[in-house]
Amino acid sequence: MNDFIKAQGISFSYHVEEGQQPVSVFEDLDVTIHEGELTAVLGHNGSGKSTFAKHLNAILLPSGGKVYIDGMDTADEEKLYDIRQKVGMVFQNPDNQIVATVVEEDVAFGLENIGVPPKEMRERVDRALMDVGIYEYKKHAPHRLSGGQKQRVAIAGIIAMRPKCIVLDEPTAMLDPRGRREVMETIQKLNREYGITIVLITHYMDEAALCDRIIVMDSGKIILDDTPKKVFSNVRELKTVGLDVPQTSELIYEFLKEGYNLPKDVLTEDECIKAITTLFRRKGIKPAKPEQQTEDCSQEIV
Amino acid sequence: MLRDITIGQYFPGHSFIHKMDPRMKIIASVLYIVILFVASRPLGLLLGILMVVMMYMISKISAKMVAKSLKPVVPIIIFTAVLNLFFMTGPSEPLVSFGFIHIYPEGVAMAVMMAVRIMCLIAGTSLLTYTTSPIELTDAIEVLMGPLKKVKVPVHEIAMMMTIALRFIPTLIEETDKIMNAQKARGADMETGSLTQRAKALIPILIPLFVSAFRRADELALAMECRCYRGSVGRTRMKQLEYAKRDFVALAVMLLCLALVIVINIYFPKMI
Repeated sequence: MNDFIKAQGISFSYHVEEGQQPVSVFEDLDVTIHEGELTAVLGHNGSGKSTFAKHLNAILLPSGGKVYIDGMDTADEEKLYDIRQKVGMVFQNPDNQIVATVVEEDVAFGLENIGVPPKEMRERVDRALMDVGIYEYKKHAPHRLSGGQKQRVAIAGIIAMRPKCIVLDEPTAMLDPRGRREVMETIQKLNREYGITIVLITHYMDEAALCDRIIVMDSGKIILDDTPKKVFSNVRELKTVGLDVPQTSELIYEFLKEGYNLPKDVLTEDECIKAITTLFRRKGIKPAKPEQQTEDCSQEIV
Repeated sequence: MLRDITIGQYFPGHSFIHKMDPRMKIIASVLYIVILFVASRPLGLLLGILMVVMMYMISKISAKMVAKSLKPVVPIIIFTAVLNLFFMTGPSEPLVSFGFIHIYPEGVAMAVMMAVRIMCLIAGTSLLTYTTSPIELTDAIEVLMGPLKKVKVPVHEIAMMMTIALRFIPTLIEETDKIMNAQKARGADMETGSLTQRAKALIPILIPLFVSAFRRADELALAMECRCYRGSVGRTRMKQLEYAKRDFVALAVMLLCLALVIVINIYFPKMI
């Protein structure tokens, strides 16, 4: 796999007030993200994850170190618009990133900026709207759509530009559960079907669990960087930095703490149920009704 | 309820006028204003009235809307009419003399003509916003103001600002609604008290609204930058405006009417 994003020893700090000591967000951070990867960046507020995300399309430049996007240095001003075309960005509040008063015009906004001919633009806009599943709303006013739909409009505006990578900065933070599901399904689809590299900044554990890789940040440092299974087996470490783990991982962790012998890398509900029923069987606990086996187990435990 | 306010009062439809190119609609509106002011004979103004009636019939906009658009300008119409009535003097004998007030027949004629002219003007130009969506209107303004780029007028930026303003009106109205409810929940009283008291009660609504508007602007600017926005340089548009046959028909009708009004001015005796 190609290294698509390569951050080498980057540091970033900002001045709160003139003449005061600059506040360091992170120092000497090394991150490599491969092409086609679906990566989640976890961390609570102030961990530097959003600041890191803004380095990926040259909105912010590192005060030390270098960021390379597909081999291009983000500090190179001539490459600025090439980089922004390759790395699209979706923000938290869908209302504040929609420019036009009609859905399709908003999707076309980025393409208009890079000077795509009108005829090709039409095709690309329609394609993008279909990919995110809001084609039937193309003539609607954005403010009449639901949060999840608005966020998908924003994503459509990005994918119409045919980026190689999309960075999403807490895209589901302001959405209801249904909107969150819609957005997550869209993100996964884009990653699987088009091989678009995704960097998902989030603080929802269940969203991170759906990714290929999780990077956990705390006060400007990367403390964990592995597959979801491995990351979520470090329950204690995650808890000490103020993060939660998926309920399944937490349950297994509690069992382990009590001294039961269970596999550590359990993530999905099915795996969890399987692990616990095996444990019960070993201990000689039998379900009352065999056909309701799984339900009984989960009820007892919860 | 606040959510349902429509700004610009656009009524979607499929009439000849709705389908016209927005640029031609603006040009036609300007021509119509010219016709109204060139027409100095009653017959010419009659043509103006006929035109506006025809336009409303073609666009299938109900007559109620005409009344609605005229309502706010009634004081202005009355003011102009009264002014003309009292201060217009003529060679003929005054119709009424009451102390220092003299009303001449010329004054009466002028007052009536001015009133008719303003009414036609408002009704005619309202039709532009009734039949054109705001977004089409901004596109047309951008194109029509194009030549001004030569004298360093930031035409594209102005059009962009108008688009963004239109986009955020519903969002900010919704926000105002939320802030008002939040302040009411904290015991703010906005409905009672004197005018100054009520004006003061608006401050706790306006301040959070402004703060949030600035924050939104900041985020929007960032999002626009991320989508490669860099002003008008090298920019293309998805929707290309194109003149169709109907636009030239409309233009021809307008020019014909203008010519007719000029002919009437020349061949009919001056009334005043």
